[in-house]
Amino acid sequence: MTALGAVRHLLWKDLLLEWRGREILTAMVVFSMLVAVVFNFAFSPSPDDAARLLPGMLWVTLAFASTLGLSRSFVLEQDHGAIEALRLFPFDPSLIYVAKLAANLLYLLAVEALVLPALAVIAGVSLRVVVGPLALILVLGSVGLVAVGTIFSAMSVHTRIREVLLPVLMFPLAAPVLISAVRAMLGILSGGSLGDVGPGLRILVAFDVIFLVVGYVVFEFILEE
Amino acid sequence: MATYADTETLRFPRRADWRAGVIGLGAALAVLGMYLAVLGAPTERTMGHAQRIFYVHVPAAWAGFLAFGVVFVASVGYLWTRRRPWDLAAHASTEIGVVFTTLAIISGAVWGRAAWGTWWTWDPRLTTTFMLWFIYVVSLMVRAYGGAGNQTGRFAAVLGIVGFLDIPLIHLSVVWWRSMHPLPVVVRAEGFGSGLHPAMLQALLVNVAAFTLLYVALFGIRRAQMAATDALAARHEALRVRATPGSGGRR
Amino acid sequence: MRAYIPSTGTRVRAIDVAELTKAFGPIHALRGITLTVEAGDALVIFGPNGAGKTTLLKTIATLIRPTTGSVRIFGVDPRTDIRLRARIGMVSHQSYLYPGLTGEENLLFAARLYGVPRPAERAARLLETMGLRARGRDPVRTYSRGMVQRLSIARALVHDPPLLLLDEPYTGLDRQAAAVLTDLLAAMRGTRTIVLTTHSIEQGLALCDRMAILVDGLVAYEAGNGTRDLPAVERIYAECVGAPA
Repeated sequence: MTALGAVRHLLWKDLLLEWRGREILTAMVVFSMLVAVVFNFAFSPSPDDAARLLPGMLWVTLAFASTLGLSRSFVLEQDHGAIEALRLFPFDPSLIYVAKLAANLLYLLAVEALVLPALAVIAGVSLRVVVGPLALILVLGSVGLVAVGTIFSAMSVHTRIREVLLPVLMFPLAAPVLISAVRAMLGILSGGSLGDVGPGLRILVAFDVIFLVVGYVVFEFILEE
Repeated sequence: MATYADTETLRFPRRADWRAGVIGLGAALAVLGMYLAVLGAPTERTMGHAQRIFYVHVPAAWAGFLAFGVVFVASVGYLWTRRRPWDLAAHASTEIGVVFTTLAIISGAVWGRAAWGTWWTWDPRLTTTFMLWFIYVVSLMVRAYGGAGNQTGRFAAVLGIVGFLDIPLIHLSVVWWRSMHPLPVVVRAEGFGSGLHPAMLQALLVNVAAFTLLYVALFGIRRAQMAATDALAARHEALRVRATPGSGGRR
Repeated sequence: MRAYIPSTGTRVRAIDVAELTKAFGPIHALRGITLTVEAGDALVIFGPNGAGKTTLLKTIATLIRPTTGSVRIFGVDPRTDIRLRARIGMVSHQSYLYPGLTGEENLLFAARLYGVPRPAERAARLLETMGLRARGRDPVRTYSRGMVQRLSIARALVHDPPLLLLDEPYTGLDRQAAAVLTDLLAAMRGTRTIVLTTHSIEQGLALCDRMAILVDGLVAYEAGNGTRDLPAVERIYAECVGAPA
């Protein structure tokens, strides 16, 4: 059984469980929609303001929504000791990190596919022309959020204040993602090209690479006893 | 493998001498540093006397970042060796680091108020220091609310490593962000040797040295305190076990 | 079921624990355990709550790292070879099952991750053996406690491990289910190495070749002659634990 095979089977289990219950996706989508509506009540953006506020509203929403999915994703391993069972298998525990990360990334991307068009419609912003660059920023940013989020979700599930600790841990460390992704999207929406937001993209890529590697390396220290 | 009972309590009285020495030297330098800062250094052209907060703000920020560097090294050491002294070092440095970083942020805010009329600006260096403060606070939260036994130490160590690697990225992203929205007043006197009058530089360096020594002294004291607490817990445990019947071992 | 008694000249011990200690912060759960188990033996560990039985079992299972001392399973240090886990099966007081998956899916998942060849067949055969075939397609959350226990054991056996560890498996089982478990374990004796922890001296004695009593992180008593004298053992146990006779 290869590493890729192990990740594939782990991911199958997560996706199958989610497909059966659909708890995570439902919670994330409903939450995101509600937050989007609340933002519109709070700011009442005019059509000019809307384009300027959209990236910020989107990434705040995604940051909080991602903590929902990440938290649930490890809670389901905590019940009935499933995480201990995973540690008994003859493979590197860091593969659990890869599989959980992949699952949560898929959930987040699915939520984004629904929420971004919805936000655009509510805010009255046209995105058709810039879908490509926006998608790239979304993917790079999502990978970053999930890379650190998975590390801290595994940690916070063992603590007494589980759901509260995860965003508190994640947000300061995910700050480069939030800052760069928002600014990059703003740049694109105000007519810039991908080249104009190059520095931001580079930061996102650097963040993703660094924290994917760090996450993989430190994960077994989080799981061990 | 080092256990709680191995820590250094019994040697504490002898070690106190070197810490007292460091505190003494640090205090002396601090006094000299304050003299130079307030009276010795020339007055800055644009901001006047308000600029003198700089001699507290920069050394405090420096000490805050130094402390975090120590947290990083101690965290790596702890995960590598799993010996308790490394965990204690990381914990002590985190606590001292919070103190200095808080001082840096407050002095930075005061300076901003005096110089530019606003309590807060999203200046890249101040923002990065603020984010560092958050990471410190979260680290202390993890230690307070974490799981049982060894877990808290390992979690805090992971956070120490992840946070340390993150700080440069945070700084880069804030710099890029602010480059799109430059501050109304640009302060140039902050860099080392970048247009600083020699007397100013001297005052700054003395204060940096003073703060560094203070960090070292506080770190040493706090670490020894934690080691003593450990040893006490180990004694309690040993007494509890001895008092329980039937625990004398094999028959 | 294959036989696991090594037929080579050098006998490799199934479990070799030497001066094992484990500290969680200032709490010493294990304070110097030395224990050996030969291949094919059944060891039962008794002890009061907090004695360290679960910690010991989990350390043997490679879930917990020793603070000092060594553990060798079939001659191998678990810290050096992760593939050793393929030779260990564990039944915990937690079920290790996903309530949202069916019995069949739970077994399939475990079989795949242990690298078992033809996992679907293996899962089906185990369900049959455990009498769960009829409910194999139902989610585990609909199972009774006895059924969950049977599935947990099936899961622990899916990769045919030569070493089976069970942590208080009799807890919460009614008479009938307990009898089924005892029969199952009895059938394995001699071919698989078994280590079992339990509160019930009666049920433990029925199964064991060797017994050990753990108190406060140390082995307080050990016997290797397959004793069945229940009152005698109960007396020794009371003495070890320090309760008034």
